[in-house]
Amino acid sequence: MSDVLLDFVRAARGTGIRISPAESIDAVQAMNALGWEDRAALRDGLGLVLAKTTEEKAKLAECFDLFFARSDMKRPEAPEAPPVADQQAMAGAAGEPQGGGGSALGEMLRAADLAELAARMERAAEEAGVRNISVFTQVNLYARRMLEQMGLRELEREIARGGPAVEQLRQGRDWLRGEARALVERNLQLFARGETEKYREEMLRRARLSNLDRRDVERMRVLVRAMARRLAARYARPRRHARRGMLDARRTLRRNMPWGGIPFRTIWKTRRIEKPRLMVLCDVSGSVAAVAQFLLLFLWSLNEALSGLRAFAFSNRCIEVTDVLARLPIEQAGAEIMAQVGFGSSAYGASLEDFDRLAMRELNHQTTVLVLGDARGNRTEARADLLREIADRSKQVIWLNPEHPLAWGTGDSDMPRYRPYCKLATQCATLDQLERVIEDLLRASA
Amino acid sequence: MDGGARLVTSIEAVEAGLDDCGYIASRQIATAVFLAQRLHKPILVEGPAGVGKTELAKAAAQWLGLPLVRMQCYEGLDESKALYEWKYGKQLLYTQILKDKLAPMLGDGEGLEGALAKLHGVGDIFYSEQFLEPRPLLKALQQPHGAVLLVDEVDKADQEFEAFLLEVLSDFQVSIPELGTIVAPVPPLTILTSNNLRDLGDALKRRCLHLHIGFPAPKLEARILATRAPEAEEGLRRQLVAFVQALRGLELKKLPSVSETIDWARVLVLLHARELDTQVVRDTLNVLLKYEVDIAAVEPQLLAMVDKARADALTPNYGVPM
Repeated sequence: MSDVLLDFVRAARGTGIRISPAESIDAVQAMNALGWEDRAALRDGLGLVLAKTTEEKAKLAECFDLFFARSDMKRPEAPEAPPVADQQAMAGAAGEPQGGGGSALGEMLRAADLAELAARMERAAEEAGVRNISVFTQVNLYARRMLEQMGLRELEREIARGGPAVEQLRQGRDWLRGEARALVERNLQLFARGETEKYREEMLRRARLSNLDRRDVERMRVLVRAMARRLAARYARPRRHARRGMLDARRTLRRNMPWGGIPFRTIWKTRRIEKPRLMVLCDVSGSVAAVAQFLLLFLWSLNEALSGLRAFAFSNRCIEVTDVLARLPIEQAGAEIMAQVGFGSSAYGASLEDFDRLAMRELNHQTTVLVLGDARGNRTEARADLLREIADRSKQVIWLNPEHPLAWGTGDSDMPRYRPYCKLATQCATLDQLERVIEDLLRASA
Repeated sequence: MDGGARLVTSIEAVEAGLDDCGYIASRQIATAVFLAQRLHKPILVEGPAGVGKTELAKAAAQWLGLPLVRMQCYEGLDESKALYEWKYGKQLLYTQILKDKLAPMLGDGEGLEGALAKLHGVGDIFYSEQFLEPRPLLKALQQPHGAVLLVDEVDKADQEFEAFLLEVLSDFQVSIPELGTIVAPVPPLTILTSNNLRDLGDALKRRCLHLHIGFPAPKLEARILATRAPEAEEGLRRQLVAFVQALRGLELKKLPSVSETIDWARVLVLLHARELDTQVVRDTLNVLLKYEVDIAAVEPQLLAMVDKARADALTPNYGVPM
């Protein structure tokens, strides 16, 4: 029985739930405690042991239903299968041409013996190894293998020979084809999801953010959150960390000079960890919008590791969006910001002037200013002097440009004028690049 | 194998047992308690505030007839507050009292080394169990017949503490350098609760059965109300539940929880309300909603909502908007 459970664990892993070997052992124990009879209890139990968040629970329940839908079909019928039909089936499966009589499959179709057909199909699926299916292009291949296993060739021959019930047989054959495909597809859903999902995620990490497919956006968000959480967990440390039991001898002596060096007041060593204070300026004009959205999402998910994040969005003017992001879930916030300033043609000079008015005074030597934009100001004034002032007042300016460095300075790009004031100017077009930049930023301040 | 004061035989038994203690458990909750007893694993309970996470531990303790050991987590909690501490005061006091005894025992003429050697033999006395102050975790492990250990709001503790908790929860034993390892004779039924203030570590989640308690379905909530606020009349209870369920469908800052429903029912009983009407609801809305914004958001729809709740209460399934 535990084989079935292991298959189930494999299928569940395919849906993206992380299950460790220890947890699968727990699952076996839980199953032993609960028994197989009460399906609802088993589902609850496995949910408790294997799934560790609400989303995972939902996924697991869905997977459970899908997985055990199959055995449902199998269980009642298998014992009833008459031995005679079985033998005939074997003969059919071996591909022996049968003389005058109809094929075994045709026989069953004529008798409309659905139970037996379903059982046969399960058996054929097992022999064809449907469980090893990994990509959807294999569906037809596996479906055909299964049908051949069941004796499709004989059925075809019978249909070709013609006869009284040929129309009925033809319909039956088409129905069988449909059923076989459905079964293979269900297996694909169960067992192949993991492979394809992994592959897709790999691709997405490297895909250019600006030309993402609509349907990938949701998946991308999950990916971004996961990335951010990983970073946050690594860098979200208390800012002041006492190094337990380490006496700061030098400072203690100094402090106790008034008492003749007798240590009345002890001073202990502490380690201070600075969290980066971050101001983000995001270009949300048409060309950069997609990247900006992910940058904001990324930073927002990083909240634990950052302190005092302030976000500004601009195209032809600049507004602060910190409270919009705090108030709304990030997906809606994106739309809201876009509605306010998005999609205009960008004017960097005007936007920098706005920023000057909004937040210049609040920059200090701890602040990192992160600018995301392509620096294409549509031939408006660049106001690089303002960026210089920002650079002077803050700790550093980092410029992320979705364009390749070769394109900087071509056409209306003002990048060369801004570049001297940036501590780092780098290309940032994919999620991988984004993660690297942010990680460097966090590490530098840790 | 099963060391609890009561033998847990089936999920139904758990359900019935908790029911007797005034805790209406959903099927999932009962399954979790059942499995926790069987597999000796801690349960990690997550869910919004006020759905009865802490209450579950209390009810379980009452039902199993075991002592409840509660540990409230907070930022800065460390081992000396969670596990054990030496009774420094007592140690000092005893050395003072025993001072007279010590002098002759150490002998006068044997010199420093001889005295030191003798002192070595004595030293361990002061680090024995008499001078050990057990804190919740140790206390739970020491109970001879097992216990219910409630680690409340584990998400409020630091990550370091979480790592430390892992050691205790996986083997149900702790090592005290001066005494050796203390192993629980009977593993305690452990319930950890979390309000999701921060994400807990994967390692901790992996060690635990993960139970999510959400807002209850109307039927269940009605049953809970019947046990917790029996003074309220049946008709009122049904209207209450329908109203609160509808409220949870709205976009609010903080949705009312079961505990708020119960409070509200008690308030209404005190006010001698026999059924919901707009005036009563408006006056007592602050029991259900804890933010000014939320109250302001609900106020204009109040009339419609009360009417709907009264109508829904008459239908058998409480007319849940699904």
